[in-house]
Amino acid sequence: MNFPVIKGTAYALVHAPNLLQAQGSTQTMERAKNPDSGYLSKLPKHLRSFSEAVNYPPNQSYIGNLLPDELNNISKPWYDNPLQGSTQGKYGEIVDEALFYGLLKISDAFDLVMLEKSFTAELKERLASESLFAQQAALLKDGEAMEDIEKRIQDHKAEGLQMNGKLVGCVKRAHDWDVNLNAHTMLENLVVKASGALGLKNLIAKNNIAAEDIEYIIECSEEACGDINQRGGGNFAKSIGEVCGCLNATGSDLRGFCAAPAHALVQAAALVQAGVYKNVAVVAGGATAKLGMNGKDHVAKDMPILEDVLGAFAVLISENDGVNPIIRTDVVGRHNIGRGSAPQAVIEALVTDPLDKAGLKITDVDKYSVEMQNPEITVPAGAGDVPKANYKMIAALGVKRGDIERQQLGDFVEEHGMPGFAPTQGHIPSGVPFIGHARDLMLEGKMKRMMLVGKGSLFLGRMTNLFDGVSFVIEANSGEGAAAAGDTDAVKKVVAAAMRAVADSLLEEE
Amino acid sequence: MDLENQARIKELAEKLGPENLVVILGGAEAEASGLAAETVSNGDPTFAGPLAGVPLGLPAYHIFEDAIKSLVDPQVYDDQISMMEMVLDVDEIIKEVSTYREQYAKF
Repeated sequence: MNFPVIKGTAYALVHAPNLLQAQGSTQTMERAKNPDSGYLSKLPKHLRSFSEAVNYPPNQSYIGNLLPDELNNISKPWYDNPLQGSTQGKYGEIVDEALFYGLLKISDAFDLVMLEKSFTAELKERLASESLFAQQAALLKDGEAMEDIEKRIQDHKAEGLQMNGKLVGCVKRAHDWDVNLNAHTMLENLVVKASGALGLKNLIAKNNIAAEDIEYIIECSEEACGDINQRGGGNFAKSIGEVCGCLNATGSDLRGFCAAPAHALVQAAALVQAGVYKNVAVVAGGATAKLGMNGKDHVAKDMPILEDVLGAFAVLISENDGVNPIIRTDVVGRHNIGRGSAPQAVIEALVTDPLDKAGLKITDVDKYSVEMQNPEITVPAGAGDVPKANYKMIAALGVKRGDIERQQLGDFVEEHGMPGFAPTQGHIPSGVPFIGHARDLMLEGKMKRMMLVGKGSLFLGRMTNLFDGVSFVIEANSGEGAAAAGDTDAVKKVVAAAMRAVADSLLEEE
Repeated sequence: MDLENQARIKELAEKLGPENLVVILGGAEAEASGLAAETVSNGDPTFAGPLAGVPLGLPAYHIFEDAIKSLVDPQVYDDQISMMEMVLDVDEIIKEVSTYREQYAKF
């Protein structure tokens, strides 16, 4: 089979402490229920500066400057052991909130984002000199008077945009009555669009890809855009492609909670392998609502609020070039409806069923990329070390099947797992964060095979209690696929010529 | 503990009588499981949900505890739960849940 390849990856983070305070669901709910809460008053003291977020080791891993396994060499807590980090990573970048407000404005096709005049002037200069969006800096226009921004917030229910406690702009509602176009929703959706565009721009820039070569975009985050008549009508994908100059692409949005990226990658791989499109980008922007989601626990444990970044990623799936790692579309696991939701059933469906089909043992996979949530965020909130629990489950199933001995369980977790390093933005940590590292390790000949496992908690949408998950294997390219593609093309040409000859002879007979 | 689950348990206790109710937990972590056991017996300690200040006194057991495990068909337990026994800190979870049960359960 001629498998598609991972042609490039990009990972970006946006440090967003002001959006965290104003828009994070934990904070908005607390403000509504208990405006004088002790948590809200303590919160600002627990926010990190931009440089603290940049130097935070897991964030450096996310943008590609540190292998996840190297986090094992850094003492915990990681927030007390910063690195000399960089805003620029091998796979992407970390941007500050002011610059991101500029990206919101650039991504705003309906004149909904208002930024103050002097703030705009500063931003314009910065965007032109230090961003992948330099060509679009003029879209910031000249900015608005502060009194107009204040009026919009007071009289028209716009959502304020703050910097260090100071108002610098707002996002207006897009309709007076439509709940799906109110200012809160428009801000959340513009954040998805702008951060998704940041991911896609980095994919194009860091991998030397021509934006025009991308033919299809699948957006797989967790928000929905639409109006009162179609809440999730779409289309983030196409709007992100528009910002990034993907003139030859169309696209669509795919949803599946945290499992959406894995679904999207399988579909992208299928589209490329079937020859429908040559280059498909899978893109996701970040979740405003999840900023500071576990903030109460972090404040109670007197630690920094670590969920202060929006995540974004982009992955390009292309035709087999004989070089880049392949997606084994014949080793795909799915959690089917009839399977049941016991952890054992889920791991069997996602890990051992597809491996069995391919004649592989669980130890034949070098690394498993599961839900790569940073444990430093989840453990203090009582949710445990999510990746480690997943690795233990895979190992335990291996023990039950006789693939490994019980005493090897710990070694399996060490060897085939890695520490979680991604922010808890739902779809962001779900398997995808390791693809960039794995691609490099495979290109360097240091890794043969990884398995990506994406899982989703569908009960949150209250439509079903079923669990969900999709998995697949990525393998180093043996180089044979590209040659096979050539052969296939040649065969297709011969068949086409023969069919044309038959058609011509039939016409002649008539 | 999830606010919606608190509401469901409160409603069931009102409907069936707390003396007729046992809560079986499947939590993956000791602290969270203990918190759930405390919530259904002594009320929500975080004062966030419907059980805030409502000590139902319900006994909570974790599925790993012998009292419950022995009631389950061994084959079903093996298929559904046994793998997780290898993964989770069973002793710590049981210790946490039973501590709250012994302290606050009224039935």
